Amino acid sequence: MTKTAKPTLADEVREATGVDVAECYQCGKCTAGCPMARYMDITPSQIMRLVQIGGEEARRRLLASTAIWSCVGCLTCTQRCPKDLDPAAAIDALREMAHREGTVPHEQKRVLAFHKAFLKIVQHTGRMSEVPLTGLYKMTSGDLFSDVLLAPVMLAKGKLPLVPRVIHGRKEIRRIFKACLRKEDER
Amino acid sequence: MTTIGYYPGCSLHGTGRELDMSIKALAEVAGVELKEIEDWNCCGASAAHNLNHDLAVALPYRNLALAEEQGLSEILAPCAACFSRMKGTTVRLARSAELVEKMRGITEREFKGTVRILSIIEFAGRLLDEGLAEKLTSPLDGLKVAPYYGCLLARGEEIVEGYDAEQPNGMDAALRAAGCEIVPWNFAVECCGGGFSMSMTDAVVDLSNAILTDAEQAGAEAIVTGCPMCHSNLDMRQRTINEAGLGPHDLPIVYLSEILGLAAGIEPERLGLDRHFVDAMRVVERSA
Amino acid sequence: MARVGVFICHCGENIGRTVDCPAVTEAAARLPGVVESVDYKYMCSDPGQQMIKDAIKEKKLSGVVVAACSPRMHEPTFRRAAAEAGLNPFLLEMANLREHCSWVHEDRGEATAKAIDLVRIMVEKVKRNAKLHPIRVPVEPTALVIGGGIAGIQAALDIADGGKKVVLVERSPSLGGHMARLSETFPTLDCSQCILTPRMVEVAAHPNVTIMTYAEVAKVDGFVGNFEVTIRQKARYVDPATCTGCGTCYQKCPSKKIPSEFDAGLANRTAIYTPFPQAVPNKPVIDAQHCLMLTEGKCGVCAKVCPTGAINFEDTDREVTVKVGAIVVATGFELWDHSAYGEYGAGKIEDVIDGFQFERLASAGGPTGGEIRRPSDGKIPKTVVFIQCCGSRDEKRGVPYCSKICCMYTAKHAILYRHKVHDGRAIVFYMDVRAGGKGYDEFVRRAIEADGAEYVRGRVSRVYRRADGKLIVRGADTLAGQAVTIEADLVVLADAIVPRTGGNELAQMLGIAYDTNGFYSEAHPKLRPVETATAGVFLAGACQSPKDIPDSVAQASAAAAKALGLFSQPELEREPIVARVNEEMCVHCRACIKACPYGAIEDYDIKDRKGNVVRTVARVNEGVCQGCGTCVAVCRSGSIDLDGFTDEQILVQIATLE
Repeated sequence: MTKTAKPTLADEVREATGVDVAECYQCGKCTAGCPMARYMDITPSQIMRLVQIGGEEARRRLLASTAIWSCVGCLTCTQRCPKDLDPAAAIDALREMAHREGTVPHEQKRVLAFHKAFLKIVQHTGRMSEVPLTGLYKMTSGDLFSDVLLAPVMLAKGKLPLVPRVIHGRKEIRRIFKACLRKEDER
Repeated sequence: MTTIGYYPGCSLHGTGRELDMSIKALAEVAGVELKEIEDWNCCGASAAHNLNHDLAVALPYRNLALAEEQGLSEILAPCAACFSRMKGTTVRLARSAELVEKMRGITEREFKGTVRILSIIEFAGRLLDEGLAEKLTSPLDGLKVAPYYGCLLARGEEIVEGYDAEQPNGMDAALRAAGCEIVPWNFAVECCGGGFSMSMTDAVVDLSNAILTDAEQAGAEAIVTGCPMCHSNLDMRQRTINEAGLGPHDLPIVYLSEILGLAAGIEPERLGLDRHFVDAMRVVERSA
Repeated sequence: MARVGVFICHCGENIGRTVDCPAVTEAAARLPGVVESVDYKYMCSDPGQQMIKDAIKEKKLSGVVVAACSPRMHEPTFRRAAAEAGLNPFLLEMANLREHCSWVHEDRGEATAKAIDLVRIMVEKVKRNAKLHPIRVPVEPTALVIGGGIAGIQAALDIADGGKKVVLVERSPSLGGHMARLSETFPTLDCSQCILTPRMVEVAAHPNVTIMTYAEVAKVDGFVGNFEVTIRQKARYVDPATCTGCGTCYQKCPSKKIPSEFDAGLANRTAIYTPFPQAVPNKPVIDAQHCLMLTEGKCGVCAKVCPTGAINFEDTDREVTVKVGAIVVATGFELWDHSAYGEYGAGKIEDVIDGFQFERLASAGGPTGGEIRRPSDGKIPKTVVFIQCCGSRDEKRGVPYCSKICCMYTAKHAILYRHKVHDGRAIVFYMDVRAGGKGYDEFVRRAIEADGAEYVRGRVSRVYRRADGKLIVRGADTLAGQAVTIEADLVVLADAIVPRTGGNELAQMLGIAYDTNGFYSEAHPKLRPVETATAGVFLAGACQSPKDIPDSVAQASAAAAKALGLFSQPELEREPIVARVNEEMCVHCRACIKACPYGAIEDYDIKDRKGNVVRTVARVNEGVCQGCGTCVAVCRSGSIDLDGFTDEQILVQIATLE
C-alpha cells in the first residue's frame, strides 16, 4: 500500500483502535441494535461510512456530531458485527479527537461536562464522590435543577456520603493524569 | 481460609452501598476472607474511557500493580463497570508488550500480569463451590426473578467468560440454589442507559422503562443485577420513570449478592435491603 | 551425448516482471549439454509450441526443458507438442518459474538466480529421463451417482439416456432431495413437485438405472475407469419386492409423534414411513430409532396389518460392491443452523422459522395445505419479516460467503405470501439484492412493484418474542439512516447454504478436495468446473457451491457429459509414472506390499523353464499403481524405482544445487 503524506481519517482510527473501516460493508446491524440510535443525529453505520469517505467535509460532520457523544458504550454493535469490527472503539477514538480539537457540539456539552467533572474529582482525590461530582457537574453544565429531589432520599438511605473519599496516593494520581494529558498533547 | 482480593470501586461506598454490604456479609458466611486493595483508586469509569484512552488504562493499571505488590492474585470487582474496565485492562496488557511498557512509564509501577479479576457472577460461583451452597438454609420460596446482565456482564471479548453474550445463563445456578424461579425474558442484555443517568436522563428513562416493562410482562417479581449503575437507573430512577407518565412500575431491583445473602439467612438490614428506593423488603418475606 | 533444449516463457508479465528471462536464457545456454536456449513471451501459444517443435527436429534434441508455469497447467500441452515433433513426450520436463518463483518472490535479482537454479536442475534431470509409454487400462462403462436430488437425478438420466449404466445412491428413503420440499420455483412460479416428480418416476423406471435409496457409500477403491465402491444398504425392515406401497402400515403405526424431516419439523410422521406421498420408491422404511418393536420388542402392528407380509424385523444393514468407471457426486446442501444467533432467538422462538419451513407452509402438500399459518398458534400472520443473509457473509459466527440463492427465494416467499394473504405485509431486510440470472432481477422487481413487498436495506440486530406474542424485529434502514422496529407475526430467516454434514468423510473416501467451507473443490474454477482433482470423479449441484435449480441441472448435465466422454473409449491412457521392481535385487521382504496404499504390489513367482518356482519377488500392477512412491521409500534393498522420478534423477537434482 502506498503511504500518503497526510494520514487519512481511516488511518487515524486504525492507528488509535486497530479498526480497519475498509472492512465495513455497511450492513447496518450496528445501527439496528444501538439503544441510543434514536438520540443520534447520524447512526453508527453512518459514522463508519463517513470514516470510510474521509476528507474535510466528512471529518467535520463526524467530529461535530452529537452521535459520538450519545454512544453509551454498551458494545452491542461490537458484539454483533458480522465483520468482527469494533464500531464502539472507533467511536471512542472519534470522541477523543473531537475533545482534543474542541469540536464538541453545544447539545452534548452536558455529557462532556459530566465526564470532565468526573475526572476532575478523581484527579484530585483519587476516587469519585457523588456530592462533589454532582456539584461540579451542575456548576459547569448549567443543569442546576434536575434531580435535586433525589438527594434527600439518597441521604436518608445512606447513599450520599458528604465527606469526599480521598486516597493517600493522590499525588501519584495527579502525576499519572499529567503524564496522560502530556501524551495527549504530543499527538 | 480462602482469601480473595477486593476492589469495591467508588460506587460501592455511595449509591451502590448495598452491593458492598451484601458482598461482605456473604463472604463472611461463606468463610472467604476479602482483602481490600490498599489505597486503590477509581478505575476511571466511562469518563476516562471517553476522553483519554491512556488514562483509561493507567488508572486500572495502578490498582492492578498495587494488588500484585500486596500479594493478591484474584480480585473481586463487584461493580460491573469496574470489572469491565479492570479486566479489560488485563486483557489489553496481555495482548501488547508495548502498552505494558507505556504504562510502566506513566505510572512508574510494575505489573507482571499475575492478577485475575473476578466478576460478581464468578465470585458467586466460587462461594457456592467453597461451601456456601450448603449454607443456603433459607431459600426464597420460588421468587420469580429476571436475571439482568445489562452490557458489561454480557459483552466484551475475553472479558466476560463462561456464558453466552446473547442468551446468558451465568447467574442461573446461583439463583436456583437460592430458591428463585428464573423467568424467561427478553431484556437480559439490553442497555439501561448506563452512565447517562445525569447527562441524558431522557434516554435512561426510556431504556430503563423498556427493561422494567418486559420484566413485568414476563411475570418477574424482581430484577436481579450485578451492576450498581444499572441498579441506580432501574431502582433510583423508577420514580422518575413513573413521573414521566411511563409505567407505573413497582418492581424491586436486587443484587445477586442480596439474593444469596437472604437465602443464607443473613438479616436483610446487613444486606442493605432497606436502603433501596423501590421497597425491596417484600422480597425478604419470600425467604423461608 | 545429451542435446537439451531450454525454452523460457515470460508468461506475459507473470514471470517476466520478476524474473530476468533473457538472463536465464543466457545462463541456460552455457549449461553442459544444452544446445538450444530461447525465451518467448507466451511459450504455450501456437508460435511458442512451434519453436519447440522446430528445435526438436532441427537441433535433434534428446531432451527438452520448458521453464514456464506449473506442470499442472501446461505439461500436457508441451508434451503433446514434443510428441508431434517425434520426441517421446516423457523426455520433456517443466521448470516452474511462475508458482515456484515469480509469484512468490519480489526481489528481481534473487528470483532470477532461483530461476536459473530451477532450470539447471531440470536440465540435469532430463538428461537422465527414459522414454516412457502410456499405460492402457480398461474402462468400466457404469457410473455411480451419489445423491438423489435434482442434480443426481439429472446426471443419472443423462448418462442412462446416453446408453450407459448408472447406480444412483440416495441416503434418505426417497429420491427428490430438497426440491421435492419446495412449493413453487423462481422465477416462473411453477410448482416444484409438478416438474420434479415426473423426473423421479422416469429415473426409477429407466432400464439403465439401478436405484439404491436408504443407502450410503461406505468405501471407494480403485481409480478412474476402475472404481470399486462399497455401498451400505441400511436395513429397511420392509421387503421392497413384496411391499405394494398400500400404506396400511403407516396408517396403523402407533408411534406418530416423530418430527418429519421432510416437513422441517412442522408435522409429524410415524416410525414406519415414506417421507411424502409421491416418494420414489413408494415403499416405506422403518426408522429403527423410533420403532417400538425394534427398541422395546413390543408392538409389531405393521407386521400384523401388512397384507403381503413384507415387514421383516430381522433385516440388517448389507454391503454391496459395485464396479464403476466414473462417479458423479451430487450430495447437495443443507441449511446453516441459526441457533448460533442468540440475538435471533437461538432457534428457540417457534415463529422464527427457516426457508424450508416457509416452503412447507406455502406448499399445497404441506402441513397447512398451503395456507400460511404460523407454527405457534396456527394463526395467519399479518406481518411477516424476511431476514436475508442469516449466517451468510458473517465471518464471525456464520459463513463468509454469499449463499447466492436466498435473494431469489426470499423474493419468491414474499410474492407467495402476498398472493395468499392479501392484507398482509411482507417486509424483507436485505443487504444487497443479488439477482443475476435470466428473469431474476425482473422477478425481484415484481415482488416489490407488483406484489407490494417492502424491501428495507439493512441487517437485523435482534428478534424477540414479546409477552403478547408479537415478534419484535429491530432492524436498520440504512438508506434512510435510521433504526426501525417492526412488530411481526412471523419471521423467516434465509439461513446460509452449507454443505451436507458428513461431506468431508465422503471427500476423503473419494480422494477429492474440499474448500475451507466444506464445499467440494473443482479441478479449475473456470476451465474445469465439474471435474475434481481426482480423475473420473465429477461434481454436480450444491455440493460444490450454493446453486439454484437451473444451475444444478446444468452442472449435472455437464458432469454426465464428462462421464459419457470417459465411457466413449473402451480403454484409457494413463501416465506411465509407476513403480518398477528390479527383480534381480528384490529380496522379497514384502515391506512394499504392506506399505502400498493402493494394493498395487503383489507376490510374483519367477519360474524356470520347467515351471518350477525359482524365487518369489514383488511385482507392481501398473494398472493399479498411482506412482506415489511410498514403496520406493520403504524398500530396504533399494530395488524399487519410480519411472519418471528415479533415485538417480532426484539425487542429481539435489547434487546440482550443492
